[in-house]
Formats: sequence, C-alpha cells, structure tokens
Amino acid sequence: MRALKIIVLAKQVPDTRNVGKDAMKSDGTVNRAALPAIFNPEDLNALEQALQLKDKYEGTTVSIITMGPGRAADIIREGLFRGADNGFLLTDRAFAGSDTLATSYALSCAIKKLKPFDIIVSGRQAIDGDTAQVGPQVAEKLGIPQVTYAEEILSVEKNTVIIKRRLERGIEIVSAPMPILVTVNGTAPDCRVRNSKLLMKYKHAKTASELQNESEDYIKMQAGRKHLHIQEWNVTDVNADVEALGLSGSPTKVKKIENIVLKAKASKKLTASDKAIDNLIKELIGNHTIG
Amino acid sequence: MANFYLDNNDLKFHLSHPLMKKIITLKERGFIDKNKFDYAPLDVEDASDSYDKVLEIVGEICGNIIEPNAESVDAEGPEVINDHVKYARGTQENYDVLVKAGMIGMSLPRKYSGLNFPVVPYVMAAEMVSRADGSFANIWGLQDCAETIHEFASEEIKEEYLPRFANEGATAAMDLTEPDAGSDLQAVQLKATYNTKKRQWYLNGVKRFITNGDADIALVLARSEEGTTDGRGLSLYLYDKKDDAVKVRRIEHKLGIVGSPTCELVFKNAPAILIGQRRLGLIKYVMSLMNGARLGIGAQSVGISEAAYREAYAFAKERIQFGKPIIKFPAVYQMLTDMKVKLQAERSLLYETARFVDIYKAYNLVAEERALEKHEKQEQKKYQRLAEIYTPLLKLISSEYCNQIAYDSLQIHGGSGFMKDYPIERIYRDARITSIYEGTSQLQVVAAIRGVTTTSFLKHIRVYEAKEIPVDLEYLRRILIEMTNEYEKTITFVETINDKESDNEFLEFHARRLVEMVGNIIMGYLLTYDSTRDSEYKYSAEIFIKKAYAENKEKANYIQNSNLRDLGIFKQ
Repeated sequence: MRALKIIVLAKQVPDTRNVGKDAMKSDGTVNRAALPAIFNPEDLNALEQALQLKDKYEGTTVSIITMGPGRAADIIREGLFRGADNGFLLTDRAFAGSDTLATSYALSCAIKKLKPFDIIVSGRQAIDGDTAQVGPQVAEKLGIPQVTYAEEILSVEKNTVIIKRRLERGIEIVSAPMPILVTVNGTAPDCRVRNSKLLMKYKHAKTASELQNESEDYIKMQAGRKHLHIQEWNVTDVNADVEALGLSGSPTKVKKIENIVLKAKASKKLTASDKAIDNLIKELIGNHTIG
Repeated sequence: MANFYLDNNDLKFHLSHPLMKKIITLKERGFIDKNKFDYAPLDVEDASDSYDKVLEIVGEICGNIIEPNAESVDAEGPEVINDHVKYARGTQENYDVLVKAGMIGMSLPRKYSGLNFPVVPYVMAAEMVSRADGSFANIWGLQDCAETIHEFASEEIKEEYLPRFANEGATAAMDLTEPDAGSDLQAVQLKATYNTKKRQWYLNGVKRFITNGDADIALVLARSEEGTTDGRGLSLYLYDKKDDAVKVRRIEHKLGIVGSPTCELVFKNAPAILIGQRRLGLIKYVMSLMNGARLGIGAQSVGISEAAYREAYAFAKERIQFGKPIIKFPAVYQMLTDMKVKLQAERSLLYETARFVDIYKAYNLVAEERALEKHEKQEQKKYQRLAEIYTPLLKLISSEYCNQIAYDSLQIHGGSGFMKDYPIERIYRDARITSIYEGTSQLQVVAAIRGVTTTSFLKHIRVYEAKEIPVDLEYLRRILIEMTNEYEKTITFVETINDKESDNEFLEFHARRLVEMVGNIIMGYLLTYDSTRDSEYKYSAEIFIKKAYAENKEKANYIQNSNLRDLGIFKQ
C-alpha cells in the first residue's frame, strides 16, 4: 500500500463538559474565561484514526488544520505530541464570527493549498456548537465524497477506503473512493497519549506570532529547526473571499440565547409494587417515551 | 479525568527544589546533546519544564488508565501458559500505553534512546505509578535494570541491549533469589559454566520469588567459580528471553501485589552474557542494583501511602455516623492528619535521598568523559556516602509508614474496609510487601546503623542545623537540636556498654531504635526546610516534630535504662 496524505481538521473548544455556575455571562454568551480551552474530543478520535493509518502505511503523513485565535496553536502542538507531522493555523480577524457555512468555506480554501490529499478526517461534531455540519460542508465545497459517523477506518486499498460506521441501530461497513472526507464518532478508540520525546521536541513548535515574545537566542534556535515552524495562514494566504467569511458570510444569525434550568414540572410517586411498575411501563409505551 | 501529577502539589514542590539546578547542570553536561537530539533540553529551565510536562503525561496515564485497571488486575492476576507468563489484561494495557508514551528507559542517556532523566523525576513517576497500582509499579520499575547494565556492562552489550528498553519496550527482571538464598544471597547456587569451544556462558539451576521473571531481559546472579561457597564466587549475567531456555515453572499465590508475577524459573543450558568482571556479581553489581531497587521501594511505599491516605480522607468525609461525617470526630481527624504528616515526611526523605543519588551518579557520568577536579571528587564522595546511608533509612521508614498508613486507612473505613468493595482492601494487601522485599526492615537497619556508628548521620544533621532559617521557625529548630543532643547521648551510652562488654550485640539490639531516632530528626529538619519554601508545610513540620520529640524521648529512655542483662531476659 502506498503512503497516504491525511489532513485532520481540529477545533479548539471551551470545555463544556464541566460547566460550572459561571459558564454563561449575563448577556447569554459563553464565558470563555471560565472554561478551559481543549482539543475538541471527537477531533481527538479523528486524529487517532489518522495516526493508526500512519502506523499501518509507511510514509503516511498527518497534517492538522485548525481555525481560531493565536492560542489555537496549542491544538497543533497537542497533535504533534501525539504523532502528527505538521500543522497549519488559520487565523485572521476576518474569520471571526463565522458560522458553519463560512467556517467550512475557510477550511476548504486552506485544504486546497495542501492538495493533493487522500483522506480528510474530523470529529463528527464540536462540543461547543454540536452542529455536525462543518465536516459534511467541507466535503461538499471540495466536491469529494464523505462518510460520516465513522468508528474505524479499517483499511485502504489502492484508491478505496473501507470504513466502519456506527449508526443508531447497528454498524455498517462501507467502501468509498479517495480523496474522501470522514467524520469520526466519539465511540471510536480514544486518542493515544502524548509521547514524551515528541513533547520535548515539539513544545518548541511555535507560530511566527508566538515567537515575537521570545528571546533572540530562542528565535535563532527555532529558525534553525524547520520542523518547529507552525504556519499561520490569513485570508489572503488561502485565497479566500472576505465577503464569504465572518459575519457577512454567515447566514446563521443568533436571535436569542436563553439560559434554561431544567426543572421537573409534575411528579408522581409510585408504590414499590409489580403492579405500579407494570402501569408505568404501559404508560411510557403509550406516550412513546419508550418502545 | 484524574491526573496524579496535577492533583498533588507535593510533587511540583519537590521537583522545584533549589538543588535541581545543580542536578540538571551535571546531568546534561553543558547541554551538549542539544545539537544532536531534537528532544534534548536547551538549558536548565527547558529541562525542568520538560520534566514537568512529561510527568503530567505520566500523571494522566496513572489517573485514567492504570488506576482504573487496578481492581481487575488484582482479581485476574497473571497466569502461566506454555512455560511463559501472561499478564492480566489491564497490566498489559498499562505497559503498552507507557511504552507508546515513551516512559521506558527514562533515565538512560539519549544515545541509547533514553530520556536522560535524573533520578528525581524518574522516582516521581514511580511514585505516581505506585499510587495507581502497587503491583504494576514493579513491572514498570524494573527498567532500573537498564541502569545497572549501563553502569557496569561493556559498550558492546550496552549498544545491543539498552536501546531495546525505549524502542521495543523491553521488560526486565533481576534474578537473584533462590530457594536457599533469600536475604543471604551469598548462598546462591545457580550454576554458570563457560564452554570454551563455543566461547559462551551457560546457566543451569532454579531461581525463586523472581518478580516479573519472564521478562525480555534478565540480570542473573550465578555461581561462576566452581568450589566457592561465598559471595566472591558469584558473577552477574544477562539472559535474553529470545534464547528461550528458561521456563516459568509456577507463579506464587500472594497476599498482595497480585498483578506482579512472582515466578519460579528453571534455567536449562540458558546462554548468558557476563556483565562486567567475574566474581564482582554480588559484591559490586548486585549491591548497586539493590540500592537502586531500594530507592524504588521507597517510591512505591510513598505512592501506596498516598493512595491509602486519599481513600481514608474521601471515606471519612462521606461517611455519616451519629449525624455527622466521621472526619469531624477527634479520634478520626487526628488519624487522618497523622497519616498526611507521615506521608509528607516520608516523601521529603524520598526526594532528599533521590537528590543525593542524582548528584553522585551524575558525577560518575562526568567522570567517564573527563577527570573530575578535586572539589568535584570530594562532592561525589560526599553525596555517594550520604546516598549509601539515606537509602536504607528511606527504605526502612517509608515501607513501615506505608504499612501504618494503610492500616489506619482501613481502620477508618471500619467494616467496609474489610470488604472487597473498597480499594483500601487491595491497597492494604499491596502495602504489606514493601517492608519485606529488597531487604527486610531488619536488614535495612543493619545497613543504616553504619551511619549511626560512623557519625555520618550526626554530621549531616549538624549541617541541617546550621542552615539559615526564618525566625518564625526557630522554635522548631530548638526542639530538633534538643532531640539531636539526646540522640548523641544515647549513642554514647550504647557504645560504651557495647565496646566494653558485648561483642556488638548490645548495639544490634538497639539498632532499630537508634536508626528511627535519626530518621525522626532528619525528617523533622526536612519538613522545617520545606516550610521555608512553602508555608503550607509548617503545620506538618510542627505536628511531626512534636510527635517525633515524644517518640525519641521514649526510645532514649528505654535504651538508657537497659543493660546487657535485659538481652538475656529476651533470650529466655
């Protein structure tokens, strides 16, 4: 089997899994300061799939693309610590406020710069927006096939990839031609842990912007080690149309955000008898809560 | 998402000890590796940042993988299939993850694919792994054997075998004990014979109680000199599992550390490679190997202590009796605080010892490249001597504390602790071995008493005493000075009777008490100096020293009111 060129789409997200009281501001927007920024969990599952292919098919390379503010370079480093080869940070004020359509447009422009590629993998969805739209939209914009809900990329033969999908009521094994975009479920294997040597090597991987705060000696050292350069791309670098980005390129408008506290409205007390349970089950089947 | 590094402030605290700068500088020898290896540090700051970040990975693996596996590992245990060991599922998973994360061969130089980590961060990793699963700590910790190969084998052997640790995740074992050679290794019988035609050593015989006995690379102590009966007839060999000439006859059924396979091995014409020189096997190489292993048991003891303390604390906060959490009762909260204070004291002793080992070993490496200058040689000697007496002291005290803490933790759990439902039941069983293997507590006393009689401990205590200290800690030092004077008086008393009348028996009789008195004073000073860097330790220092003061008084009183006749009564 030939070496593959794989691109991983990854997003830095606020850790919404451990939401405290101060997670939302009074105006209804997310209080990012109160939530640590993490690697979107399903993107880590996607990265693992890419790295497994790299282990399997010699010469395969894994590149990470992420879009976000300067600190999103952390996501690329996290990928490098686990075995990715390089990364690109899409960062520009013009990207700010992009919805899924504008984001997928920006990402597709960046991906075109890395052509040719074989497989793009991303998580099924991000835990901040939970839309699951970006992956499929990127595939559409690139005009390539897509396989969603993947649990494992089983193998690659010539120009075909065999994928196991995890669906609500079972699994499906599909084959599809490359180049292809695959979105990966959280049920896929966890991503491997960071490797000590890779960490010590790539902790010095920095973007040009990050280097500005470093000492002269450090910049000199960094300049001599090409693998430590994380590329930053702005709108012009990826030949994107500014109008299709940010708020102007985003048809999704947030009308209102409400903080909803779930409260039980009515409750019923059951006696601990077979009959009471039997009645409850019948009632739940009757109103289609179960069954 | 537990992280055993980030949830324990003590670790970062000890990693940032002022002496670390010296250790890193020595260990990295002018940072010469930075242009040869892309993962080598650029300077002191970069190196300590790397330790910090790598330990964070270890902490993550311990919290998310090893600890959650511990219960099933204990239930399943390893088994023998076709003369070889199969680990429990969880054990294998733990090991595979650590190999992938690059945590095997941590202390080896980079030219052998190691991380070139000093002892301090390596021991810290060992402590966390032990907290997660005491049995697994053995399997992971036996990478220490690489250190012995590195220290004593020829360059050819090193180049062939050392990179296998990091690159292939090779496991290791030290095959010392035999049915009739336990504490007394001079009695080892396993036979090594040299075939002059094939120019090859062969091993024949039986080894017993061998931890991780089916490892990829084994260091084997064997009798190479026919007709000899003592330690001077023993040599050290390397056996490679690829030669498939050693069978695992059985795995012992143990009280604790069930996940760690303790094997009986049969060597049948097993080809082996001589390490270093003949006849030095026991008297030089194994002694060094054992010292490393004893430091490892220190780390294991502290790690198990940490696990036991945390279980007790969590339980005492949750368990409601008589209308309130039991932690509110004086009988319980003082137990918990005593446990925590002991834990912090033994941990300070662990890292003090690790630093001593680090400095002299780093000088050894420097000495391989150039002659040491006079003051460097003196320092190397000084720290080596300190390491030699601190190591048995640490092994003794930490393993005994580990057992005490596990005992108290189970006690706080009450009846629930006696059931298999809580982790403390396993932790309690795992703790028990720490004061037995790698030399029992009684044998650690024999090694540490030298520091008492040569006054090496006393001299170093006086060094602690002379250090600068803020006024608000002066009252602690005053107590420690009084304890030191009492200790000095007690030794003089013992030695006077011993020299005149007893052929060393009087000293041996009181040896453990004397060593424990020293331990109390040293840990008292260590906690006091910890308080100068972080005032959080002040409470521990105060509680520890007040208790240690009373304990030492009791011991001194007992000793000073004893005479040779008392020994006679004991022998009735």
